[in-house]
Amino acid sequence: MKLRKDVLPKVTGRAVYANDIVLPGMVYAKVVRSTIPSGRIRSIDASAALEMPGVLRVFTAGDIPGIPSQPRERPVLCPDRVRCVGDGVALVVAESPEEAAAAAAAVRVDLEPLPALLDAERALDEDAPLVHETGNRIARYVTVRGDAETALAAAPHVLRRRYTTPRVQHVCIETEAAVASYDPGTGETLVRCPVNSPFPIRKVVSETLGCPMTDVRVVLTTIGASFGGKNYDIALAASRAAMASRLLCRPCKVVLNREESIEEGTKRHPLFADYTVGFDGEGKLLAMKIRLTLDGGAYTSKTFPVTSRMAIEGTGPYQVPHVDTEAVSVYTNQVYSDALRGFGSPQVDFCSESLMDEIAAYLGKDPVAVRRLNMLEDGKPSAFGQIMEDVTLPQCLEALEEAVDFPARRERIAVYNASHSRSKKGLGVALLHRGESFGAAGQGIDTASGMLSIQPDGSVSVCSSIAEVGQGGSSMVAHVVHEALGISWEKIRYSGVDTTFLTDAGPTVATRGTVFSGGAVYRAAGQLREKLTAYAEPYLHTREVTFEDGEIFESGNPGNRVPLQKVIGDVFAASDHLNALGYMAAPPLPYDKSCGVGDAYLSYVYGAAAAEVTVDVRTGVVSVDEYFAVHDVGHAFDKAEAEGQIRGGVCMGVGYAVMEELEMSEGRIQNHNLDSYIIPTALDMPKTTPIVLEIPGRYGPFGAKGLGEPATCIVAPAIVNAVADAAGRRVRDLPANLEQVALGHKVKKK
Amino acid sequence: MEPVSFFVNGEERTVLAEADWTLLYILREKLGLTGAKCGCDTHTCGACRVILDGRAVNSCSVKAASLRGRRVETIEGLSSGPVLHPIQQAFIDAGAVQCGFCTPGMIMSAKALLDQNPDPDEEAIRRALSANLCRCTGYVKIVEAVRLAAGRMRGAAV
Repeated sequence: MKLRKDVLPKVTGRAVYANDIVLPGMVYAKVVRSTIPSGRIRSIDASAALEMPGVLRVFTAGDIPGIPSQPRERPVLCPDRVRCVGDGVALVVAESPEEAAAAAAAVRVDLEPLPALLDAERALDEDAPLVHETGNRIARYVTVRGDAETALAAAPHVLRRRYTTPRVQHVCIETEAAVASYDPGTGETLVRCPVNSPFPIRKVVSETLGCPMTDVRVVLTTIGASFGGKNYDIALAASRAAMASRLLCRPCKVVLNREESIEEGTKRHPLFADYTVGFDGEGKLLAMKIRLTLDGGAYTSKTFPVTSRMAIEGTGPYQVPHVDTEAVSVYTNQVYSDALRGFGSPQVDFCSESLMDEIAAYLGKDPVAVRRLNMLEDGKPSAFGQIMEDVTLPQCLEALEEAVDFPARRERIAVYNASHSRSKKGLGVALLHRGESFGAAGQGIDTASGMLSIQPDGSVSVCSSIAEVGQGGSSMVAHVVHEALGISWEKIRYSGVDTTFLTDAGPTVATRGTVFSGGAVYRAAGQLREKLTAYAEPYLHTREVTFEDGEIFESGNPGNRVPLQKVIGDVFAASDHLNALGYMAAPPLPYDKSCGVGDAYLSYVYGAAAAEVTVDVRTGVVSVDEYFAVHDVGHAFDKAEAEGQIRGGVCMGVGYAVMEELEMSEGRIQNHNLDSYIIPTALDMPKTTPIVLEIPGRYGPFGAKGLGEPATCIVAPAIVNAVADAAGRRVRDLPANLEQVALGHKVKKK
Repeated sequence: MEPVSFFVNGEERTVLAEADWTLLYILREKLGLTGAKCGCDTHTCGACRVILDGRAVNSCSVKAASLRGRRVETIEGLSSGPVLHPIQQAFIDAGAVQCGFCTPGMIMSAKALLDQNPDPDEEAIRRALSANLCRCTGYVKIVEAVRLAAGRMRGAAV
C-alpha cells in the first residue's frame, strides 16, 4: 500500500494550513474594500479606526514600498480608481484579527461613482465606459481555416445556436490566507501560503515590496485545494501581509473570511457564444462559424491563455474543414475572471457538445453516431489544422459504450418513460479533447523543474517546482522516482516547493502537473540512473540494466544483479554525489497565431462521458442518477487516486451543470456565502463509474497524461444532453436549474 | 470575560471567554487545537465539526456561554500517539483524502454517526455527511471510508 505522501497529518488534524500558523509578535491585517463597481477614491479617513483598540496602522496605496500592480492587473491596494466591488483600498493592521476587522469597518472611504460597464457584450461599443484607459479588449484569438462563409452558404443544413455559461467560483473549502515575516537582518521576507504557483507569487510580492525577487522566499503550506484559484488571489493576500510585515517589522497574517473570499476571489469566465454550423444529411460537419465573448472582469490575470484555448477548442474534438472562430475577451467592472479547473475548456465543451446533440436531434440521428462520424482521427487535420497523432477518442468511446450499454439502457429508459408522466429519464453523452499545458500561446513559460537527491542511506528527497494542490501531485512525483529508480516507496521523501532552491517553472495550471513536473523529475531520475548504471557496470558488465525493488539487474537476465544500496555506497565512496536537477520545457510549436492554424498544443488528452438523469418535468428538478467517465490517463501511477480525481471532477461538474451561479446585481455578488451559493453535497453525487484507460502518450513520464482538469470539462454537457433527451427541453444557458428546466428561461432576480 | 469550564477530549479545560465567542474560536485561538477548520463561519460548510455531548455540531455555531460542563471531542482526541482511530485509518485506506481541509470535520461527523449507529447503510452515511462540504473528492471515497471503518469497528467489537 503506497500511502499518499501527505495523508497522515491530514487525518489527525496536524497538517498545518496557513491559518494555523501563529508566530510570536504576529499582527493581523484586514482589507477595506470598494463597495461600488467603478469609481474614483476621493478620500480615505482612517482617524476613527486608528483610535480603536489594538490598531497599529492603516495603510493605503501610498504606503506600498514598490508598485500596487502591473498595468491592468489587480492592485494590492488601489491608488486612485476602483474597478470592481471588493477592490482593496486600505489595509488595517491590528494586534488581533477581531480588532483589525472592527477597525476596517470604521475606515471611511469616500468614493466618487463613475459609469460602470457590466455587460460584456457591450464592452466594445463606442459609448461603453472604459474599464482601463487602454480600451476594453483584453485578448482576441482566431482560428480561420478554409472558407467558412462559402461552405455555410452551400451546406444542406445550417443551425444557429446561442449558448451562455455562468460566472462560477472555485469554492476551495480553505479560504485564501498568507503569513509573511520580514527579517530586517537579512532583508528577506518569508511568505508562507497555499498556492499553486509559487514563482509568480514571489514576483508579485517583490514588486509590492520594491525589492529584488530573491529577497522574497515563498514556502508552501498545506493547501486546502486550489482548482486554479490559489494564484493571483494568494498573491494579493501575500503582498498585503508582506507589506505590513516589512513596514512594521512584525510577522503578519492575512486570512479572508468566506464572504471576502467570494467577493474578491477570481471566477470562471462567463461565456457568450454564437455558433453557426453547416452539415450534410448524415450529420457530417462542413463548416463552423463561432463568435465567443468572454467576460474577463476588471483585470487581466490569465485571460490571455484562457481566450486562446477557447479559440482553439471551440469546435470540439471534431474534424471541421472550414472554420471561422473569433474569441474576444473584454474588461468589465465585474469581479475578475481567471483559471478555474479546465481553463476555458468547460465553457466551449458545453457549447460544442450541446451542438452535436442538437444536430443529431435535428436530423433524427443517434448522437453517438454523429460524433463518431466527425471525431478527430490520427493523421487527419483537426479543425485548427494540426495533423493529429495518438488520438484515443475511439478507444474512449468504445470503453464508454461497453460500460453504458446504450441499447439496453435506452430500452429501459423508454419503458420507464412510458409509464411515468411526471418524471422522465434521459441519457446524454459528451466527448472530450483538451490540449495539455499552455501550448503555442504559452511559449517560454511552459517549463518545470525537479530536483532529486539520493542520500548515502539510500533514501531519496524529491522536490518539484509544481505545487501539491491537494490533487496528489507530491505522490505523483514520488511515483515517478519509485518507478524510474526502483527505490522503495517508504524511502522517498517529498519536500514542498521553496522558491529559494528551485528553478522558476511557471504555474501549476492547465493540466501541466503530470507531464511537465513529472517529466522534469523523470529527467532528473534519468541522470541518476545513468550515473548508477556506470557505477554498476563493474558488477554487471553491461549497461543494459533494469532498476527494480532496490536492485539493478541485467535487463532480461535478473540473475545478474547487484543491490542498489551497494552501488549507492560506491558512488559516495568515490567522493561522488547523487544530486540531479531535471528541467522540462515545451518545444517550439509550428503555429500561426495570426490565423490560429497549426500545432496548437504539444499533446492532447481524450475522454468520453455519459449521464443518466431523471427530470421532474413540473418542478424542473434534475437528479443525476448515474455518470460514466472514461479518461485516457496514459499511465496511472495510482489507479485509485486517478479514480478519485475523476469523481472530484464529476462532482464539480455536477455543480456547474445544475446548481452553481453567482448572481450579480450592479456588479455586486448577491449570494456571497455557502448558504446561498450552493455546491454539491454528499447527497447530490450521482453513482459514478470512473473508467481509466492507459494508452501511453509520448511526452509524460511513463506515458502519463494529465487528468485533474479534464475530469470536470464535459460533465455539464453530458448532463444537459441527458435533460434534453429526458424532457425535450434544451437548456442553452447554464446552469440547468429549476427555472431553466421547468420554464425554459432564467428568472430575473433583484 | 468569564471563566467557562468544559471537557475537551476527556480533560477539563477552563477558558476565560466572552459569552459570544464560538467554540471554534476557543478551540483554535485559545486552546491551540487547530484541527477544526474554519471554512465559512456561518454554520454551512462543516469544516469545523466536532462532537458535543455525542452529537456532531458545527463548532462555529456554538457559543461559549452554552459550553459549561459539556463534553467536546475534536480530531486531536481521536488518535493516541501513533495509533490511529479506525475511522482515520479507513480514510487513508479508502483514499478519501485529497486536500484534507474538510477531513477532520468529515471524520468527526463519521464518528458521531458510528457511535450512534454501528451499521449504517449508504443513505444514512450520506445523510450524516451531508452537512460537510468537500470540493475535491466527490464524496464517494469518503462514504466508502465510513463503511469500511464501520465494518472494522464492528469486527473489533465482536
